[in-house]
Amino acid sequence: MTTGTGIGASIKRREDFRFLKGLGRYTDDMTMPNMTYCVFVRSPVAHAKLGKIDLTAASKSPGVVAIFTATDLEAVGGVPCGWLVTDRHNKPMIEPKHPILAAGKVRHVGDPACAVIAETYAQARDAAEKVSIDYQELAAVVDMKKAMLGGAAVHDEAPNNLCFDWELGDKAAADAAFAKAAHICKIDLINNRLVPNAMEPRAAIGAYDLATEEHTLVTTSQNPHVIRLLMGAFVLGIPEHKLRVLSPDVGGGFGSKIFHYAEEALVTWGAKKIGRPIKWVAERSESFLSDAHGRDHVTHAEMAFDKDGMALGLKVDTLANLGAYLSTFAPSVPTWLHGTLMAGQYMTPAIHVNVKAMFTNTVPVDAYRGAGRPEATYVLERLMSKAAAEMGMDQAELRRRNFIRKFPYQTPVAVVYDTGDYDAHLDKALALADYKGFEARRAAAKARGKLRGIGVSAYIEACGIAPSSLVGALGARAGLYEAATVRVNPTGSVAVMTGSHSHGQGHDTTFAQVVADKLGIGIEMVDIVHGDTAKVPFGMGTYGSRSLAVGGTAIVEALNKVIDKGRRIAAHLLEASEADIVFENGAYQVKGTDRKKTFGEIALTAYVPHKYPIDKIEPGLEETAFYDPKNFTFPSGTYICEIEIDPATGETQIIKFTAADDFGNIVNPMIVEGQVHGGLAQGIGQALLENAVYDDNGQLKSGSYMDYCMPRADDLPSFDITTTNTPCTHNPLGVKGCGEAGAIGSPPAVINAICDALRDYGVMHMDMPATPEKIWRALQVAMPKAAE
Amino acid sequence: MAKHHVSFTINGDPTEILCETHATLLDVLRDELELTGTKEGCSTGDCGACSVTVDGRLVCSCLMLGVEANGKAIGTVEGLAKGDKLHVLQEKFLEHHALQCGICTPGFLVASKALLEKNPDPTETEVRYWLAGNLCRCTGYDKIVRAVMDAATVMRGA
Repeated sequence: MTTGTGIGASIKRREDFRFLKGLGRYTDDMTMPNMTYCVFVRSPVAHAKLGKIDLTAASKSPGVVAIFTATDLEAVGGVPCGWLVTDRHNKPMIEPKHPILAAGKVRHVGDPACAVIAETYAQARDAAEKVSIDYQELAAVVDMKKAMLGGAAVHDEAPNNLCFDWELGDKAAADAAFAKAAHICKIDLINNRLVPNAMEPRAAIGAYDLATEEHTLVTTSQNPHVIRLLMGAFVLGIPEHKLRVLSPDVGGGFGSKIFHYAEEALVTWGAKKIGRPIKWVAERSESFLSDAHGRDHVTHAEMAFDKDGMALGLKVDTLANLGAYLSTFAPSVPTWLHGTLMAGQYMTPAIHVNVKAMFTNTVPVDAYRGAGRPEATYVLERLMSKAAAEMGMDQAELRRRNFIRKFPYQTPVAVVYDTGDYDAHLDKALALADYKGFEARRAAAKARGKLRGIGVSAYIEACGIAPSSLVGALGARAGLYEAATVRVNPTGSVAVMTGSHSHGQGHDTTFAQVVADKLGIGIEMVDIVHGDTAKVPFGMGTYGSRSLAVGGTAIVEALNKVIDKGRRIAAHLLEASEADIVFENGAYQVKGTDRKKTFGEIALTAYVPHKYPIDKIEPGLEETAFYDPKNFTFPSGTYICEIEIDPATGETQIIKFTAADDFGNIVNPMIVEGQVHGGLAQGIGQALLENAVYDDNGQLKSGSYMDYCMPRADDLPSFDITTTNTPCTHNPLGVKGCGEAGAIGSPPAVINAICDALRDYGVMHMDMPATPEKIWRALQVAMPKAAE
Repeated sequence: MAKHHVSFTINGDPTEILCETHATLLDVLRDELELTGTKEGCSTGDCGACSVTVDGRLVCSCLMLGVEANGKAIGTVEGLAKGDKLHVLQEKFLEHHALQCGICTPGFLVASKALLEKNPDPTETEVRYWLAGNLCRCTGYDKIVRAVMDAATVMRGA
């Protein structure tokens, strides 16, 4: 570290000053001259044929500028899907059109049928209420098991509602392993549907400049270039040079703002149509009904062990809910981001995963913090703790026995782990949680009439999905590299244009630390630019904990090019051979002498090339790099949750939550802590509180903050977190990614703790969320047995 | 539709506006006064992103009509810092990394300030219960709670 602000320093975040002062500039904070407002008329029913849409009264409503329906959009493409899954019979998934506005049918409550644009937001709302639509209701497809039986079909193309039937691994090998098992642990579980609930509702402003014939879309996106590509090429047919997409400050994403949404296309298209900018901002109830949801798996899984507790085989059968339409990356989530994680930290030699992905009349489901990996981890880690309880073994010891210890490790589910040390974080977590002292605490709690339990979870994550050639073979319709431009200004300040996008992650700080460290300059000399396709090179954005491992590496590669060019300039100025010049502490120095030029001097020379080898080196100091990783990164960790249940109320209190994570090298430990905390909150929320519930008619019963139980300050504990480090072997920073770990590892830790607390009552499993009511009811059934 | 003449102070400055009957105080702040620090998260009083103080009392500005602000003293996040000098709460939020995406932060700051004016020496439980009206999806609250406790200590000493 050269400046005290470089790699490894917990410096305060530079972006925070504007947020703290209320000066953050989010999409809804922006206005444009002559702007209009859009309100969508959304289906109140889950499944219906669209009869007549009567706009007579709405059109006469004060302030109405335009009203659009599907018939206006016939020349416009549907919302595209970015991932093609090929199923186990080698057939492509069924991919029905997802129209911008519902055409012919509505397929979920919240499906937009009509867009009303008016002078003010209030006028648009008033007019929207006057739109009369004849919904001819059809039977709703909600339950996945029933959906498979046929009858009602969400799409005519998929009569039994099956989008694809996918598998991974070796079924024959798994069957053979089960045949010689001493113990088979079985589980049926539900990974509950979640609503991401970024605190900033989605918003979009579309504009069209008649003079330049350019479209602009300001949107709440995690990846503006992806939106520009998908919307420009596949929906609206606008070439990239005539379409600018900006994502300014974005108030949280958690995956839900990766995807291209219909509203973005409508305001972009509509702005040209009416010749005025159009703004749309989701109301919270619209967010519940239109942001892609997460999880929603129903799984049966079995794991075979020998008499010593060594895992022999694993079989997983999952029904994955895709909702009514294929969201941008939906098909990848229950498949390549789920099945590939089923080895976890263990040497299980034979694994088979089958996933049937279903259409239902519900909001589309796509990536949400962790995306497939939490679902895999929940299956595996519930099995491990349940198996330990069934075999009378310690849950930590069973895991340790099965740990992978030789790297690189080829799993039976396609991926190759480059590095890891699972004993290290297990040991650290056990010590921090005082695991040894637990039984005494359990006894003390029992004396107070409380039920204590402890749950272990050992997760593996795959971040920075790559390389492009591999993901292309798996069905991705995009590359998964990242790009960066490092522009050194004449006086030595630096602007870095990155394809990554910060919506809370703190890139303005972390990336600047990397740059300051590499160039040996003050961090105040570094500006990080993101979120504007007119400014930054084509990049894939931020999701899947990829930004530092992929985006950060692109920055490092561009910096290396800058440093190398600077060395050539320095060699000329210092009249030395390039090989004799070292770059250290922000200066180029001739080895073994005191002759040197600072980075700032070289920058100035590059732009004022008076004494300059102009025939050999072009002027200027600006470099771009595109980095395509060789492999995923594989963070891992051990989480331990200790809880206490009040049997009188069924309420669970988290006494202590311990997390030991291996994220490889860490640039800003304070920011990483924050990422872990946030992930834990979402994982604990899933385990104890959150649930998106549909009734049989496809109505979302938990569609507001009065019904969908978000974790609040009084619901959560403080966290005890620590890290271990095996640096990633295939990127220059040695970093792995930390954004999703908390949400991946924590749900099974919590449920394992609850099942441990209830072990004397014969409760071997409890589905999430483990609400007080559910626990209390389980205790009422079990109580007599325990009392005997 | 006739607009209403409404006068109040905003962060100490006397202000007069013409207000639509249906406009909430949040609409007035964001759309009329261009004070966009106060955010809209739900419009139903469940998330606290729009927290302001009205005569010192913590209020969800999405649940109050603009006309009801007549004669009141309104406090928003923009009133916390004095020029470049951050309020102690802002400094502690920065120091403890109590914010990530920043969208809920103005609401948390205003709510925390209201807490410490009422109760300068809160327990952790009291802080957690007071702030339970504000939703944050990024931080898990731990660092916010630390920041508020630390700010309380500093403010008591000041």
